Amino acid sequence: MMILFNYLIFPGFLFAATVGLIAGWVDRKVTARIQWRKGPPWYQNFVDIVKLTGKETILPEGAGITFLLAPYLGLLCVVLAATILGMTLIFPSAGFTGDLIVILYLLVIPAIAMMIGAAASGNPLASVGASREMKLVLAYELPFLLSVITVIIKSQGAIRLGSVIVHQAASGPNIGSISGISAFIVCILCMQAKLGLVPFDSSEAEQEIMGGTLIEYSGLPLAIFRLTKAVLLYTTPLFLIILFWAGNLSAGSIIWKYIALLVIIILIKNTSPRVRIDQALGFFWGKAAILAAAAVILALAGK
Amino acid sequence: MNLKLRALTKSLWVFHAATSPCNNCDIEILDALTPRHDIERFGMVLAGSVRHADVLLVTGVPNYKTKERLKKLYSQAPKPCLVAAIGNCACGRIMFKDSYNSPCPVDEIVPVDVYISGCPPKPEAIIAGVVKLINKVTSSAKGT
Repeated sequence: MMILFNYLIFPGFLFAATVGLIAGWVDRKVTARIQWRKGPPWYQNFVDIVKLTGKETILPEGAGITFLLAPYLGLLCVVLAATILGMTLIFPSAGFTGDLIVILYLLVIPAIAMMIGAAASGNPLASVGASREMKLVLAYELPFLLSVITVIIKSQGAIRLGSVIVHQAASGPNIGSISGISAFIVCILCMQAKLGLVPFDSSEAEQEIMGGTLIEYSGLPLAIFRLTKAVLLYTTPLFLIILFWAGNLSAGSIIWKYIALLVIIILIKNTSPRVRIDQALGFFWGKAAILAAAAVILALAGK
Repeated sequence: MNLKLRALTKSLWVFHAATSPCNNCDIEILDALTPRHDIERFGMVLAGSVRHADVLLVTGVPNYKTKERLKKLYSQAPKPCLVAAIGNCACGRIMFKDSYNSPCPVDEIVPVDVYISGCPPKPEAIIAGVVKLINKVTSSAKGT
């Protein structure tokens, strides 16, 4: 019963979705102010979700049950990740050995769900989007995993989120060291790609492939995909805070750290153009991977 | 009035369906989307795919080719889907009424909910038209 409450209400689905949708509104509002506009009201993202649930769901010809189930797969997994992270923050000893690795897997699944859904729709533009998403996942996972390995090395090989937090509480946050800060910078860029935001949003580029992976979705499945994105916008920064910035874990401190990461995300989003998929691949396997590898070596050297 | 319909009026995603216009109305529609008029404060955004659309903004006089395309677009859009005819051409074909390649006006192909006249209509007129559209949805929901 308690588990169900944690999964569905706090710190799981309801809480994560609310925070994520409000964070999404902050993003839209700041973007609007940067462009000298007024921007939507604070409840805009909630209204969008409610509206989409009231629309017709169209099943394209040739698309099967996979098309309809793929969004739920992504949402279930990302909510599970949000629940594990939230519970770890409240009770650092509540985790299990290896929950760091479980989170890494769970955070990839929304992207995979998107690829499955897009491929099942049978639309040529959606398949272009799916192939770009796939390349993007292959690109950012390498530097992202290297940065996480840096954290694991720094906390003496612990693969439990609880021990990562306890280690940082004892000997200062990981971000304070030179290897930690380089891994953190790489992680921020990977987070941008994970969230599918500019400059790494080529998989659902509205202007060139008309929504890409989401092109055939309408009604409830589209609402589920937007909720997935919202929960991801809550989960990924929280994961980074736990990995790198977990010195002081009071509620106020987590909130301002989350807002700081959100500001970074919005600034990157508003100041860069969309890169081509080959440029993104080159960037992540080139500069980002080299910086992350340097962070691993520095961490091994104890810096 | 039910919640989903009220949400629909607060978050209209518009889709741009150009049925062989002269492009002036399209430029005015793009003008309405620019920061100066900022229709995102009413929750309206431009949808890339017709599957995300709530409103079809139809411009131009349909000819034999675009007539079929418009019919197809309307059937591809998820219901409830509203249609706004923008510009005098889409409203009533004006001087192309007897043209050899103009088979019928827009409202014989798809049910038009709001007519926004002008050649081309100003962005303010387009926004006023959309407000009329929202009022129409609200009042029809109250009536039933």
